[in-house]
Amino acid sequence: MRLLNRGKPRTRLSNSTLLFIIAGIIFLLMYGIAIVSFPVSFRQFQTFFDFFNLNAALFITTLGMCIVIIGGGIDISVGAVCGLVTMACALLLQSGAGNVWGALFLALGIGLAFGLMHGFLIAYLEIQPFIITLAGMFLAQGLLTTLHKEPLNVTNPDFVALRRFTIEIPWLGTVNRLGVFIPCEIKPGVIVVVALVVLYAVLMKWSSFGRNLYAVGGNRHSARMLGINVKKTIFLSYVLCGLTAGISGFVFLMTTGAGNIGNGALYEIKAIAANVMGGIMLSGGVGNLLGAPIGTLTLLTINELIRAAGVQSNLQAIVAGLLLYLFIVLQSIIMALRDRREFRLALPPWLKPHRS
Amino acid sequence: MQPEIILKMEGICKSFPGVKALHNVDFVLRRGEIHALMGENGAGKSTLIKILTGVYQKDAGQVYLEGRLVHFKSPQDAQNMGIGTVFQEIALCPNLTVAENMFIGRSRGAFVNWKQMNESAAKMLNSLGIPASPTQELASCSIAVQQMIAIARAVDMDCKILILDEPTSSLDEDETKKLFALMHELKARGVGIIFITHFIDQVYEISDRITVLRNGELIGEYLTAELPQIELVSKMMGKALSDVSAIKKHEPPKSDDSVPVFEARGLSSATGVRPFDFSVHKGEVNGFAGLLGSGRSESVRAIFAADKVTGGEVKINGKVVKIRTPLDAMKQGIGYLPEDRKSDGIIDELSVRDNIILALQVMKGFFRPLSRKQAEEFANQYIQLLEIKTPSLDTSVKSLSGGNQQKAILARWLLTHPMYLILDEPTRGIDVGTKVEIQKLVLKLAAEGMSLTFISSEIDEMLRVCSRLIVMRDREIVGELSGVDLTEQNVMQMIAQGGGE
Ligand SMILES: Nc1ncnc2c1ncn2[C@@H]1O[C@H](COP(=O)(O)OP(=O)(O)O)[C@@H](O)[C@H]1O
Ligand SMILES: [Mg+2]
Repeated sequence: MRLLNRGKPRTRLSNSTLLFIIAGIIFLLMYGIAIVSFPVSFRQFQTFFDFFNLNAALFITTLGMCIVIIGGGIDISVGAVCGLVTMACALLLQSGAGNVWGALFLALGIGLAFGLMHGFLIAYLEIQPFIITLAGMFLAQGLLTTLHKEPLNVTNPDFVALRRFTIEIPWLGTVNRLGVFIPCEIKPGVIVVVALVVLYAVLMKWSSFGRNLYAVGGNRHSARMLGINVKKTIFLSYVLCGLTAGISGFVFLMTTGAGNIGNGALYEIKAIAANVMGGIMLSGGVGNLLGAPIGTLTLLTINELIRAAGVQSNLQAIVAGLLLYLFIVLQSIIMALRDRREFRLALPPWLKPHRS
Repeated sequence: MQPEIILKMEGICKSFPGVKALHNVDFVLRRGEIHALMGENGAGKSTLIKILTGVYQKDAGQVYLEGRLVHFKSPQDAQNMGIGTVFQEIALCPNLTVAENMFIGRSRGAFVNWKQMNESAAKMLNSLGIPASPTQELASCSIAVQQMIAIARAVDMDCKILILDEPTSSLDEDETKKLFALMHELKARGVGIIFITHFIDQVYEISDRITVLRNGELIGEYLTAELPQIELVSKMMGKALSDVSAIKKHEPPKSDDSVPVFEARGLSSATGVRPFDFSVHKGEVNGFAGLLGSGRSESVRAIFAADKVTGGEVKINGKVVKIRTPLDAMKQGIGYLPEDRKSDGIIDELSVRDNIILALQVMKGFFRPLSRKQAEEFANQYIQLLEIKTPSLDTSVKSLSGGNQQKAILARWLLTHPMYLILDEPTRGIDVGTKVEIQKLVLKLAAEGMSLTFISSEIDEMLRVCSRLIVMRDREIVGELSGVDLTEQNVMQMIAQGGGE
């Protein structure tokens, strides 16, 4: 520090940090609006925790997506993989042949298989990630409907026990009308979310893989010139994203308790929207991993607002889409203002027209 | 005693689609020498570097590092073998911090020690006097600072070979001095340095040896002390000094007291040409001379506002006007035939007729289309005038020969009756016969009162048609030659030595 403070240029906030702060402010703003508009439900802490309890799988999917987006890629198969995992695990648990551990390994195995395949095709054969993961999405969806068409409740006692398990927070809660204190409850899925957020945040900030991934997302060409193994880095990011999608499937099943062909539907678009709202730029290389859960919260708050306002719930997907547009444009404007350059949409590398 | 050879490249060939970037090039680097690699833009210098560092794979040839045959598959391999490189296009990641850019990709560890990294970076930045903090995002540093950071990274690597591809292009004098001091220090330690620059003075200031490339071919290796500057320039341009064949046929320059047709003061564009003053009089043909990449095209593009104009004042016939877009320029009676007809000029898919009437149509506005009859009349008139060989008016332009395509674009501009026409390399890649025709046409148009600016890589061609040459070097006008001073010898002299005579 002694070296730096001698009239050296002031360090401005990095783009990642700036966007993260903005994402945080937007979330607080949205939540504030929610509290003001619907004080009865939003002033209860449990409502906040229920975001996590009910949407743990979405949080996890968003984390995996965040990693590939930072690397300048995209994975739109995550929702379908999540759905496939719920059904596969449900079948395994119901068949009587498997136990909870078996289901967990199956979930990880399916996620890993998709991750490895996508990573290989995208990193080493250099095929467009959008196309590859679109194919992966169809494949996973096809497998899902082939496995079982009807909703499948899991009655395996171990699993049901796990699913029913709740953790009470004794010092946090609300007093109901009868004057009884009701503590806040969290589900096991939330612990998985928290553990993964911490793990991935550490990975992105302190591991060579994480930093290399930022470099690759920032400028792939330069990253190669700097001696980074670009292909390996990209490969690993998809493997991690696939694995995370597998975990999200298992957590989804822990949340709803049934395999269903609709499970995880639209998670890819929600995950992308949540990341963008969390200040992760689709153009790659910019964004704080902690933005992913923040963005998810923003998205859920907005959806909850819509629901509480009594509008049809299928509006949620429309809103996710619209918000995605809005935030991409917003990010692009912020970046343009910041660099005092012409407005340019912050598009991911796989969407940019090739210039020769 | 002969210094030990650390690097030997033999018979290197490399082609890109449509371009032979390197053909059978040899290069030798010795321990403790600063070796300048010289050549005009596009000569293949950067390509040679990128082959050496594993960015590109060579089509043929061998590379020996300290006598051992090596084959680098990626920049990572080259880096691991002790080759530090500063690439021409600064290859750093804008979204990472300064310190990260200095250290990323260098350690094999699984984790990053930020504290240690920032401390080492701070030391390095401090010792080189680079005004940046290690934790700052690279994007917030100026280009010059980024360049210094790239240099710091390469220097810190403790390498056997240091490659600097145009490292000084955005450095000021002080920074360049610091770099040179550093180079001397490394040289004394036995590092072999490959230095590429387009500043000829710098080559003579620091290098021991020079290798010259031209059009992807090796011209030769020389000791710097034994190669006069002017000979270096002539080798780079591929012109024998004795071959002074200026057959001057141009009329004397017009009287200078008349109001210029076009006049610019302090004109600059986003491409980075130094602000320049320029004027052209009625009936005058002038030209911009200089090595490829010296800013000739950028200058005329600024006149036509083909690149974003960033400053300066423009007068047409003495009246101040605003020219912000090519359309503004066209409306003021300026025409511009771009250097790269493939990407800027010809529209492949359109017919000969449509290509010819394009500029006129643009000026009229697309809501007032020319009638088909009119269009055909115009097109026919110019096809005859310029003797464009085309089977029909409807033939798509891409099936014509290069020379005829060029004439079609020329026709496009002539049709708008410009007062001032800029021709950037109008004769490149076309046969000799057509070349002469175009030269004659230029002189004829000038005699009729049009003002023209003519740019060509062939100096003798410029000498033949231009009555005044503006000489450029390093994106800056270094002088002007006209009248009896306008000789090939003088032009080369000026390019070699800059303005100071
Ligand atoms: N990646 C590439 N793809 C196609 N052509 C290229 C590429 N890189 C260089 N070239 C071509 O190779 C030739 C040599 O370029 P370069 O080595 O960059 O020249 P220099 O560094 O001497 O200015 C030029 O004609 C250039 O257009
Ligand atoms: Mg170059």
